[in-house]
Parts: sequence; C-alpha cells; structure tokens
Amino acid sequence: MTINPDLQGRSYPAAEVYDVGREKIREFARAVKATHPAHFDVAAAAALGHRDLVAPPTFAIIVAQRADAQLIEDPDAGIDFSRVVHADQRFVHHRPILAGDRLVAELHVDGVRAMGGGAMITTRSEIFALTAGADAVAAGDDSREAVATATSSILVRGEGQ
Amino acid sequence: MTPTLAELTIGQDIGSRSIDVTRTDLVKYAGASGDFNPIHWNEAFATSVGLPGVIAHGMFTMGSAVQLVTDWAGDPAAVIDFQTRFTKPVPVADTTGTPDAGAVIEVSGAIGALDADAGTARVDLTVLSAGQKVLMKAQAVVRLA
Repeated sequence: MTINPDLQGRSYPAAEVYDVGREKIREFARAVKATHPAHFDVAAAAALGHRDLVAPPTFAIIVAQRADAQLIEDPDAGIDFSRVVHADQRFVHHRPILAGDRLVAELHVDGVRAMGGGAMITTRSEIFALTAGADAVAAGDDSREAVATATSSILVRGEGQ
Repeated sequence: MTPTLAELTIGQDIGSRSIDVTRTDLVKYAGASGDFNPIHWNEAFATSVGLPGVIAHGMFTMGSAVQLVTDWAGDPAAVIDFQTRFTKPVPVADTTGTPDAGAVIEVSGAIGALDADAGTARVDLTVLSAGQKVLMKAQAVVRLA
C-alpha cells in the first residue's frame, strides 16, 4: 500500500455538525485529569466571563480526528490506519470552545512527504461554530465564526519501519 | 492569584505536577476522545505491532500536561495556542487490582517567551516519563492581563 502523492492540497468540506455538550466537556476534562472549575461548573465559567462551560485546550481533537477520519478512510488516500503514528499536534484557538457550540470542521491536506518507505502527512482542520439558529441552519444558512485551527502530522510507517 | 505579564521573567518556573496513569485512565480517555486504537488498551495487539506493551495516547499526555498551565493561568480559555511533538511512547503497565500507577508523567513548566504587544506569555513544558522526554517542543501560549 502506498500513499497517494496527489493528496497534497486536497480538502474535505465540513461534514456533520458536532454539538458540544456540558457532560462531554466534563467527561473529557476528567479523562485528561483536569480539575479547573470552569470545565465543570457553569457559575465558575460565568465568573470568568464565559457564557457556558469551557472545554479543555485539547478538546478540539475530537472534532479534528473526526475530520481526519475522512482522509484516513478515503480508499483513494492509501493510508493503512494500523501503521499510523501521531507525530505532532497544534491547536490555535481563535476563541474558546464552549458548551452549546455547534462545530463543523473543514479538513485541508497541507503536506505529504515521503519518509523511508512511508510518509509524513500534515493536515489542518479549520473548526468553525455555526452562528445561525437551528431553523436557519436547516434552511441552508451556514453563517459561521472561526473557533480553532488544529494542525497535526501523522507518520504512516512503511513496511519494515 | 492570576499571573500578570509585567511580573513575569523568562526562565521563571511556573511549577510542576506529577500525573499517575493507569490502564483504566487510558480506557476513559479512549471513550472521552473517541480514539479507540487498540494499542492503547489491548496488550496482545500492542505487542503484535512491535510496541513494548499498551501505550498512552499521545493526546492523553498532551491533554493532561497542559493542566499545569490552565491552573496557573486561572482560566482555561487563556491558552490560545498549544503545540507539541510526540517523541517517545509512554508504556503503561497493567496494575489492575492494585493501587499502583502503571506509569507516571512528570510535568514542569517555565516561561519561554514574553510578548508585551500581544499580551502573551509562552510556557515551555518539560514532560518526562521513566526519565525520558516524551514530548518535545511542548509550548503553550497564554493570554494574560
């Protein structure tokens, strides 16, 4: 199996909406052993000026990895998931992710570089929050604001690596 | 006390934290994140692909390490940029049924850069497990008053 070199520059449009729930923020916060009250207590988040619970700084990985799955599961990409190693990760937050956000991610393949028999693939998920109400969204209104940019590099190991 | 930019100096220590990790923690992280790669919970699978055993999700290590910064900053939303490279896996021994940790992650942080115009401080994290650096270039940019 070889990596398709034409992947570079490819993008995958925003697909399903990810609804950020309070319990998911609490669950994720516990899972990374976070104890800050702004992840758990709406009043504590409000005291810091936030309209609802604040997600931990790496919460966007949930949305980014869903976006990445579009690429990894694309039969045309030639990626064997069992040979994938996470090499680096970055999150740039344009504003915090809060409970109640309705997020979508656009995936961009920024780099594909051959390494040994494998390849290093750099992807960028541009994560947006939908700003229109549910009825307007259903009617096709895709107004959005930028929330986070998640960049990751994965190493797809070649045979014998 | 929330730190302010003016009182910070480059190289200043922001503290340290020791994180105990068990196999149960990895199962919890898998569920919370949606990353069910079996190398993080299945010993036979992990060894079959050449790993020493079950290893922690890189994102578990990254996500737990940043708590030192959010607690220091006083508001998780102050962390506006956070990046790392994953350099070494963190093997987590099976200590099920005992009170012992399967691995320990040691996190310490120091001020790496200050930008008065942007109103930000960069915290550089040192993240070790079993004496090895498991994250490299682990940097969190924090917006401060």
